[in-house]
Amino acid sequence: MTTRETAAPLASHEPDGMLAGATTIRICTGSGCVMSGSLVVAERVESAIAEAGAGDRVRVVRTGCDGLCELGPLTVIDPRGTFYPKVTEHQVERIVDSILAGGAPVTELLYRDHTADAPIERYADLPFNRSQQHIVLRNCGVIDPEDIEHAIERGVYDGLRTALTSMSPDRVIAQIQASGLRGRGGAGFSTGLKWRFTRDAAGDGSGQKYVICNADEGDPGAFMDRGIAEGDPHSVLEGLAIAAYAVGATHGFVYVRSEYPLAVKRFRMAIAAATKHGFLGDDVFGSGFCFNAEVREGAGAFVCGEETALIASIEGRRGTPRTRPPFPAQSGLWGRPTCINNVETLANVPWIITHGADEYTAMGSGTSRGTKVFALTGKVRHSGLVEVPFGLSVRELVETIGGGTPDGSPAKAVQFGGPSGGCLPESLFDTPIEYETLAAVGAIVGSGGVVVVDGHTCMVDLARFFLSFTQKESCGKCVPCRIGTKRMLEIVTRICEGDGAPGDLDTLEQLARDVGALSLCGLGQTAPNPVLTSLRYFRHEYEEHILEHKCRAGACKRLSTFRIVSHRCIGCGVCKKYCPTDAISGTPKLPHLIDQALCIKCGACQQRCPSDAIERS
Amino acid sequence: MSDCTCTDDKSPCFDAAALDGILVEHVMQPGSLMPVLQATQHAYGYLPEPALERIAEALGLPLAEIFGVATFYTHFHLSPPGRHIVQVCHGTACHVKGATEVTEAIVSELGVDVGKTSTDLSVTVESVSCVGCCALAPVVLIDETAHGGLDAKAARRLAKALHVKVAS
Repeated sequence: MTTRETAAPLASHEPDGMLAGATTIRICTGSGCVMSGSLVVAERVESAIAEAGAGDRVRVVRTGCDGLCELGPLTVIDPRGTFYPKVTEHQVERIVDSILAGGAPVTELLYRDHTADAPIERYADLPFNRSQQHIVLRNCGVIDPEDIEHAIERGVYDGLRTALTSMSPDRVIAQIQASGLRGRGGAGFSTGLKWRFTRDAAGDGSGQKYVICNADEGDPGAFMDRGIAEGDPHSVLEGLAIAAYAVGATHGFVYVRSEYPLAVKRFRMAIAAATKHGFLGDDVFGSGFCFNAEVREGAGAFVCGEETALIASIEGRRGTPRTRPPFPAQSGLWGRPTCINNVETLANVPWIITHGADEYTAMGSGTSRGTKVFALTGKVRHSGLVEVPFGLSVRELVETIGGGTPDGSPAKAVQFGGPSGGCLPESLFDTPIEYETLAAVGAIVGSGGVVVVDGHTCMVDLARFFLSFTQKESCGKCVPCRIGTKRMLEIVTRICEGDGAPGDLDTLEQLARDVGALSLCGLGQTAPNPVLTSLRYFRHEYEEHILEHKCRAGACKRLSTFRIVSHRCIGCGVCKKYCPTDAISGTPKLPHLIDQALCIKCGACQQRCPSDAIERS
Repeated sequence: MSDCTCTDDKSPCFDAAALDGILVEHVMQPGSLMPVLQATQHAYGYLPEPALERIAEALGLPLAEIFGVATFYTHFHLSPPGRHIVQVCHGTACHVKGATEVTEAIVSELGVDVGKTSTDLSVTVESVSCVGCCALAPVVLIDETAHGGLDAKAARRLAKALHVKVAS
């Protein structure tokens, strides 16, 4: 694998080696595309190619996530990179015919951007892809993640070979430290230092150390690790094996959240295949290094993404965190020194080993080096998985890559880092994406969830949503988090329902600071962030709810008004039938009316109206 | 626990064969409790009480500890789930795109509250925090098949279709 192929924007999407030569049809079978029906499309394509007897000149590859989930099922034809969005089974015949004829693509099925008149043919030319730089996602969307031969052809396990055969563990650690790689799970701690601490830890005298891949991605609105795990599990395993070699561990665990069954399956297949090929197991590459890995599934507890809670879960206990120190590097799984790295962090490692720290530090800005994968979602035209170098501005991420909001209205804010992160108003969109710059304005890089919100999203309601999540997921071990998040949620809920009092904001702010300062683990320490940042940038929205009983976004139901638009009302009487307070009156076949004094704003009428005649304002 | 102790003629005896296989496979594994509970739930659909007692005995752990673990994690169920599982995603992306309205529509159409199972054991409705296909938000999974891009009306149609399927 050459530098150009991996470091140039999306150039890694030009397959080489085994995947080159013959025409290749890549069909994304990541979770998003599977849910949009890509498996049926893949079957149709495969059978059409087989029926035409073209199996020797046209290859069909079922890949992992190719990024632009919004337009799935994604189908890309190499070597040209012709892209067909939202392919249905009925379109397969025409697409396959055009491929077999070797002629022009099916123009009317190509992607049309909202800004351009002409269709865009190549996937790499989409505005969504142009500013991206794929290091972590180098093989996602290119290889069949269930076929280790594809991974080998793309150079996976070359980094492990280099490390084992030509580098000492200390040199590996020095290389990772020099690259400036920081944990991508959210905390942003130096990966090299973490490895150094684990290597230097004395342990309990048994000599046993462990490495763990944290694939318990729990932030609502984040699917980076899922995309990587499903699209390129071998690179993650390779990173884990390199970590094991560096810290002196012989056994590793991949802890995957059970909501990701496909990732669980692909990790299990990858471990079995890698063991069979001798990349895991005894005496890897004849170096004497022994390493085995196994998958452990979570069982639906967000807090298990916290490293000490994760360890408790693997040990078979309730997933509650404990105080640190001792850090897992000193005393982790079963009391032994344990190094825990996130999926994305580990996927960076082999690339750094094969390309060198200098090439890695050439990307990024400030103390944030390399790239970061983000899951871009919410009110944005192009949702999906993106990888960009640090230093790109929030605006470029939202507007250039994401294409702005679907209706072209200005975005109001972005939420970085899910329930642990903070919101950033549109006025700060020119902030470069770096660990320090985002922290300075109250947000965090976090694990990589980026949710764009527009004028229809109420910032108070969004804060309530995050609080209800953290409150529900609080493990209950420490009082500030268990009771503090509950009290905060009560206040914010009260404000959303129009029952807020003027003193509430001060109480809320004080409580938020206390919960953040006193909680035991990261969950409680960061839980107040959405409240604190929305209070900082959108305090006027809180004040409007309290003082004017007004929700400008129209999202808080109790503060909105339901009205029947008379020219749309067909007088069917369905709303009247379902209104629990008899607030609706009217004669059949004539427009009905809502008595605002009786309306409890439950919305039952609006949901049932067959002619969309009921509006909420 | 090898002898059947159930006195209620209506409830079938607990068949331990599957569990015994699971225990044999995992008993030597360090930290085996979670994999054992997961495999047990996979085999029986939930964690029957006699199974928990047998696991306690086999792993040499207090039953209270096993109960503590089983109730800590939201994926473990101590009662049988419905034949159809409806999961409404409440991730951030789904929330900003209207998951609350979607949930209300489904709950009112099916007449089953979130976290509950209908009395005839036909449907369970669950709220899940994020299924990771945010680009398709808001998403509802019915028996693991995803339905994306819903609004309240589409969700109501979906629930109606399920209702018909259940009744037939």
